[in-house]
Amino acid sequence: MNIIKLKDKVLSRAFWRGIISITIFLLIWEVGARFEGWFGYLVPWIGLIPPPTDVFASWGGLIGDPSYWGSWYLSFMRVLGGFCAAMIIGIPFGLFMAVNRTFHDTAFPSFEILRPIPPLAWVPASIIFWPTAELSIAFVTFLGAFYTIVINVLGGAKSINKQYLQAAQSMGASQWDIFRRVVLPATLPSIVVGSAVGMGITWEVVVAAEMISGGGGSGGAGGGLGFFIWNSYVGGSYEQIVVGMISIGIAGYFSSEMLRSLGGRLTPWLKTR
Amino acid sequence: MSAAMNTDTNSQKNIIKGAIRIEEVVKVYDPDGAAVMAVDHCSIDIPGGEICMIVGPSGCGKTTLLNAIAGFHDITSGQIYLDDELLCGPGKMKAEPGSDRIVVFQNGALFPWKSNLENVVFGPMMAGKLSKDEVYEKALKMMADAGLNGTEHSFPGEVSSGLRRRVEIVRALMLDPKVLLFDEPYRALDSLTKSVMHEALLDIYYKNKVTIFFITHDLEEAIFLGHRLIIMSSRPCKPKKVVEVDIPHPRDYSVLTSPRFRELMEEAKGVVHEEAKKAFEAGEKEG
Amino acid sequence: MNTTSLEASEMTGMALTMYRISNWLKSPKPYLMLIGVGFLLGIWYLFVEVWKLPRFEDMPGLTEVVIEYFSKDPIYGLSVFTPEYYTHIGISLRRIAYAFFLATALGVPLGLLLGWSKKFNEFIFPLFEVLRPIPILAWVPLAIIMFSGSETPVIFLTFLASFFATTLNTMLGVQSIDESYTRAARCLGANGWQTFRHVIVPGAMPYIFTGLQISIGVAWFSLVAGEMVSGQFGLGYVINTAYTMVTYPTIVIGMITLGVVGFVTSTMVRMAGDFMMQWRVRELALGDN
Repeated sequence: MNIIKLKDKVLSRAFWRGIISITIFLLIWEVGARFEGWFGYLVPWIGLIPPPTDVFASWGGLIGDPSYWGSWYLSFMRVLGGFCAAMIIGIPFGLFMAVNRTFHDTAFPSFEILRPIPPLAWVPASIIFWPTAELSIAFVTFLGAFYTIVINVLGGAKSINKQYLQAAQSMGASQWDIFRRVVLPATLPSIVVGSAVGMGITWEVVVAAEMISGGGGSGGAGGGLGFFIWNSYVGGSYEQIVVGMISIGIAGYFSSEMLRSLGGRLTPWLKTR
Repeated sequence: MSAAMNTDTNSQKNIIKGAIRIEEVVKVYDPDGAAVMAVDHCSIDIPGGEICMIVGPSGCGKTTLLNAIAGFHDITSGQIYLDDELLCGPGKMKAEPGSDRIVVFQNGALFPWKSNLENVVFGPMMAGKLSKDEVYEKALKMMADAGLNGTEHSFPGEVSSGLRRRVEIVRALMLDPKVLLFDEPYRALDSLTKSVMHEALLDIYYKNKVTIFFITHDLEEAIFLGHRLIIMSSRPCKPKKVVEVDIPHPRDYSVLTSPRFRELMEEAKGVVHEEAKKAFEAGEKEG
Repeated sequence: MNTTSLEASEMTGMALTMYRISNWLKSPKPYLMLIGVGFLLGIWYLFVEVWKLPRFEDMPGLTEVVIEYFSKDPIYGLSVFTPEYYTHIGISLRRIAYAFFLATALGVPLGLLLGWSKKFNEFIFPLFEVLRPIPILAWVPLAIIMFSGSETPVIFLTFLASFFATTLNTMLGVQSIDESYTRAARCLGANGWQTFRHVIVPGAMPYIFTGLQISIGVAWFSLVAGEMVSGQFGLGYVINTAYTMVTYPTIVIGMITLGVVGFVTSTMVRMAGDFMMQWRVRELALGDN
């Protein structure tokens, strides 16, 4: 990026306004958390949590700890696994429902009936069914992203301008050609949006599953950032809880951004408007 | 059609307000970056009560001029006056949007969540100067005058787009504006509806004398409606040719086949076509 | 009864609904739907109870669940005839209600402001975006530490999830309003507050209600998680307890209940939206104009 543009952005009013409110937020947090130690009065809610300075100190210590990064790796792998499975199965499923009326009318009602059941409600059933805890987490993660991706693919495919299809037909394209060259690219933006949202849900589910199965002590898989948080809570190191929360926030944000830029590359035509 | 009125523009100038004076207006977008000049030293004088048609190819900057008068954009240099009052110019590069210059938008801007009648009363209700009963009475009368009775309680989404345009015009007229700014309002209508719309517009105009600043790329529409055509060059836009339409008002659609109409078409067409070709070759996107 | 499409376009209200239903029944749709659902149920029945496939045999079977669900004296304690069943549903619903309404009351105004005022947005949105990526469940330990009792943390988590979804969607809604509407309002002499009240708020309504539907879905998601981890009573608790106490059919009862209740609440939100936006319902019904 142009050095001038970068400088402009950093010095812009908008940028500093954002910094100001985050700083104020951190200040209130710090003062509220330390208030009891300074003045003897326990501030409700904020007074009970560790102050940001302690949190960052703790984080500094953890950066050198390999098991901390191990948690990152484990969570990321789970997210990737569940997410990819959801894409691989969800996109074709959605597309097929979009192009084939009969399949849609058969499968969609069942899909819609199952969809309101929160993925986490599947955890016990999943644990019973799958041989390993890893697979049960993977299944629940898959479900979370699957519904979102399918809905978005369907929505995108349904709203394709009929005239694109008619144009292709009048130019003599075969059914397969139409699918590959019209339906697929036209649905791509919705797939990108669906996957960005699905990615967010995947992180939610992975963290939840790690906490539930790891924390619930049902012989579950250890490790992962969710487990890290739960463990810190149980072990009483509250600063690490917050470190874990921030870490997951960063990890989730990072993965969504990567998806969005990847999606942007696949749909260059959306940039020109 | 209302009784024939002597619509000699000269005698009007003293009575009707709404004269627009555009002086050497320049508009450059993104001056520190791409520096796209949209309007190049444009000067136009529009007497009060005139229907002035701005004709030009796509993307030439006509809408920019309209937006400047309406107060949606600022200008880079030059000045614009309304009845000798500065709208925008040195010291005040952006005009304030106001109810003396009301825009009728290309795709219509009737509020879809309000009924037609609620849309029409919007302006005066916001101003709060008249009582609610007075406002509604005036609205019902104006809608009836424009041939809109029966549609008062429908929503804009339920009626045809031609009807919507008429409601939007009535909504604007409720505030007794000096100027009506039309931004290619009939672009999306089919030509049959368009000709009905034109007659309806003229009908409304004869009952409410306002200055009309009308952007279009349709030459027939321009000559049929306007007192004067200002043909703009392709981007950056600058008046290239002025055509006086001396066909007397009140006009009806028989004008379209009159010999004078054909002559005026001849006069204007060459220039318009030339500019359109330039815009096409430059790959201009419509505004 | 043969109806021409001309007559159909002139029907309204009840007659139109009946016409649409009768058309639906005549199409293959309802039968395909039954085939699809039947297929799913059939597989469940066959894999678990008839063929007793490995991995599947430990799962609760279809007949087992159905018998349990509808028995007057269920083995594991929960069926449509036991009052405890409804207690759990009621408690979950109550938590959802608190969280959802609080999130809406705070989130919609915040979202409107974030969309309307560029200045406010520049201050507050970055802070919002820093907090939003943190998964709701990661807040569990902190919530337990901050709030006393076992109800408040659960409601807080549910609230948080709803709040983020509602605020974001409301903000996006305001930003999606066609510029022409605000410009027209200003031309017509409306001041800032009038434009906000008459243009921004109604204009954003469709997006707000889409956001609310997402919000209630997210609320259920978080509630179940919260109840599974730390709660007494409620449907999430039912499912978790059924698992730890090895009363498997109750797990399925819990899941089915969640599905139904989730669907009903979501529909209620959508219907509230339709009611408040009559203009949109009519506009959509008439199709392209």
